[in-house]
Amino acid sequence: MNTFLGYALPGIPYGCDFALMAVGLVITFRTTGVFNLAFGAQAFAAAFIFDLLVRSQGLPVWAAFVVAVLVVSPALGWSFDRLLFRHIPTASTTAKVVSAVGLLIAIPQTLPVLFGSTPRLDPPSLWLDPSRIVFHLFSTPVNGGELSTTVITVGVVLAVVVFLRRSPVGLEMRAVVESRRLAQLQGIDAARVSAGAWALSSAMAGLAGVLLLPLTAELVPSDPLQFTSLLVAGLTAAAVAGMRSITGALGAAVALGVLESLLRAVLPSGVLAQAVIPAFPFVVLVATLVGSPRLRQLERRADPLVGVDPPPAPPATSVRDRRLEAPMRWGFRLLVVAFVVSGLTWVPGYWVTSLSEGLALSVVFLSITLITGQSGQLSLCQATFAGIGAFGAGQLAAHLGLSVLVGAVVGGLIAAGAGAFLALLAMRISGLLLTLLTLAFALFADQFLFQYTWSGGGLSGVVVPRPVIGPIDFGSDRSFMMLALVVLMLCAGLVLLVQRGTTGRYLAAMRGSETGAASLGINLLRARATVFAMSAGLAGVGGAMFGSLYHSVSAPSFDYVYSLAFVVVVVSTGARRVEGAIQAGMAYALIALALTYAPSRLDGIEPVLFALGAMTYAAHPEGIVEYQKRKWLARVSRLLAAADARRGAPGARPGLVGTSEAAHAGHG
Amino acid sequence: MAELLEVAEVSIRFGGVRALDTVSLFVAAGEAVGLVGPNGAGKTTLFDCISGRLRPDAGALLFDGRRLDSVPAYRRARMGLARTFQRLEVFPELTVRDHLLVADRAHRGAGALWRDLLNMAAVRPEEAARVEEILVLLGLGELAETPVAALGLGRCRLVELGRALACQPRLLLADEPSSGLDGDEASAVAAALRSVQHRRHTAVLLVEHDLGMVSRVADRVVVLDAGKVIAEGPFDAVVGDPGVRRAYLGVTA
Repeated sequence: MNTFLGYALPGIPYGCDFALMAVGLVITFRTTGVFNLAFGAQAFAAAFIFDLLVRSQGLPVWAAFVVAVLVVSPALGWSFDRLLFRHIPTASTTAKVVSAVGLLIAIPQTLPVLFGSTPRLDPPSLWLDPSRIVFHLFSTPVNGGELSTTVITVGVVLAVVVFLRRSPVGLEMRAVVESRRLAQLQGIDAARVSAGAWALSSAMAGLAGVLLLPLTAELVPSDPLQFTSLLVAGLTAAAVAGMRSITGALGAAVALGVLESLLRAVLPSGVLAQAVIPAFPFVVLVATLVGSPRLRQLERRADPLVGVDPPPAPPATSVRDRRLEAPMRWGFRLLVVAFVVSGLTWVPGYWVTSLSEGLALSVVFLSITLITGQSGQLSLCQATFAGIGAFGAGQLAAHLGLSVLVGAVVGGLIAAGAGAFLALLAMRISGLLLTLLTLAFALFADQFLFQYTWSGGGLSGVVVPRPVIGPIDFGSDRSFMMLALVVLMLCAGLVLLVQRGTTGRYLAAMRGSETGAASLGINLLRARATVFAMSAGLAGVGGAMFGSLYHSVSAPSFDYVYSLAFVVVVVSTGARRVEGAIQAGMAYALIALALTYAPSRLDGIEPVLFALGAMTYAAHPEGIVEYQKRKWLARVSRLLAAADARRGAPGARPGLVGTSEAAHAGHG
Repeated sequence: MAELLEVAEVSIRFGGVRALDTVSLFVAAGEAVGLVGPNGAGKTTLFDCISGRLRPDAGALLFDGRRLDSVPAYRRARMGLARTFQRLEVFPELTVRDHLLVADRAHRGAGALWRDLLNMAAVRPEEAARVEEILVLLGLGELAETPVAALGLGRCRLVELGRALACQPRLLLADEPSSGLDGDEASAVAAALRSVQHRRHTAVLLVEHDLGMVSRVADRVVVLDAGKVIAEGPFDAVVGDPGVRRAYLGVTA
């Protein structure tokens, strides 16, 4: 018994770390209705500021704690509500998740821009010295860090539970999430309550960040608090608790920690242990997401007064004068010609690499056009599919001697298989749960799938050679760029055909209403498997091109953070249309190129720009850039019409074309 | 007349609430049946069971003599069961015409990916003609190219009705098609329902609070209250029934 407890005990503080994340997700969801993926980023921000105040400003620990956790964090949360979430109360859960992903990307990247980016080693701890052994329990040493984490976590969680259950403010918070309208009819100031809820949950995030700080060796913005494993465990515990029960989340997190440390002790070290332990939380997470009826009810719950809310603003209709179509078409053709000519002649060599990267990424981004833009499913694992394609092409070239172009197609097919598998696994779930499943898959690939020599090639990565077709060797960067352009054109054509065809219309119907689509005889499972497979395949081909461009790739190139960043980039330029994906790819590469001329402190500013764009997704689902373009085109059309009217031309409203997305996808 | 839809002792409960309690009813081929009852009586729940959104806890559903229990919602639509929704389920960014076209193709299971990829998915003349017929029937012709997000509630109801009709159903489940419509629009809906019933021999199961409309459309009325069928018969007889008046109209006889 003592040995058992000795094995189980170290799992408790470990589980408490998970619990901070899990409870934070549940609290934010229950009090604000947003599944806040940015929770970890907020934790990072607080930890960063805490560290900065103690180290650089020489503040005492308690004062830094007050500033970071009790002042800055709530202020940040309050401002999220004020500037962002307050304006999109009727947006879908998915749209709110996109906004949260935007925050997740923006926050950690903004801090180094503001305060400089030297990694900080050995951060300070809040309360007890983490390295000092405080006492022995069942002959297991308990150190200060473990003790303080456990005591503070349990204390804070219980305090929050009591607050939400017993205080009138807590009741109001729960009421506002349940039905904003009904709460307002009861005389509750819903806006103020929401802002308060954001401040509360952000303070939670700040506390989590400061508590977790001693665990981390350094603070690096690209992987805030190295929180991948924390995120997995936190998501798992939150899901097990049905996203509702706070004490349930605490219990599940601690149980997870204890089970992991038991597994570590029981399993013989070696291959088995190396495979089972990292996979364990994923198995629980996926099983819960896919199988839990309680989570499925979460999606069904609807505000009884939802009909009272005004419907979300429709996307700007593309009204344009017919006379604009020909110049635009010719403009586009000229642009392509100019691109090809410049690429082959005057453009300097390292620009060529950037432009080729833009073309390869555009192919990956087309996959997001299809899955998010056309079918309305938010997938957070597109970089993972790209990785499958790249590693597939490279490994096939190395082991079977396949040409890279064939390898890219086969790699794309493997990725398509993975996509279809994911869609079938998600047979009974949709919306937020499906998105979380894709996130789980991305994290699983990071921690597990891409960690082997047969897949990700280990530390040295996988070599993806440049293709050779007959006499043409694409070893030179300029010729490879032309190849990338051709591949992009082919893929773009494919997406256009799908969008214009029956499948595209079915997907657009599914995006509008899954219930409505099924009532007409559309097989949702098949449609979803099709779109996941096609989208994963495109991402795989793009990934293989990306790998071939740089000659080799390794697992970190396809980290889940890139999946999030890609969504953010595409959604901000315009996920609905093919040209949006291409604009996104080129902008992504070219802004990075431009920033090489800027001071290094601005390095992180690019994701921030896109992230800010993505936060407007809920208001402008067609993309903020696309929205501006349509407004501008409509204005020109109106001017043309007005000029006609002045001249007294016959038909004062000549040939205005107002079309829907689906029918419109063909133009441009 | 042969029975097209048969609901046999269907029950479903949500937590402690018995939303449907051994409900039995039938709709014959080509017949129009009104389903009335106070809010919360279980009318929409019954529709959800028939169309496959919900699975009843007990009882049987038969369509054209076939058990529906394990048939998924989209297959039921292809068998000839179409419905509209009390809470709109339109596709906001699609035009009115695309709604009808999607329905026309989906209920036939026409939508092979390879056709799209070979650029063979253009609208055929016979498809265009079927869509046009419904546009004219519902007076939506002028709005054909408008995205539905830009339409008001009344027009959206018409689009949903048109979309259901484009599925060429043998049984149409219409869930409060006139709620939120003005008088003219409601008359148009009633006329459309009568017209499809007479011309296409489509059976209709109509949930409606507007009893005037029910009397104009329905051959027969079933009254549901608190999950139970409390009356059934010709319109005048049922509406005159004291029990029905108490439950539904709140009038003490």
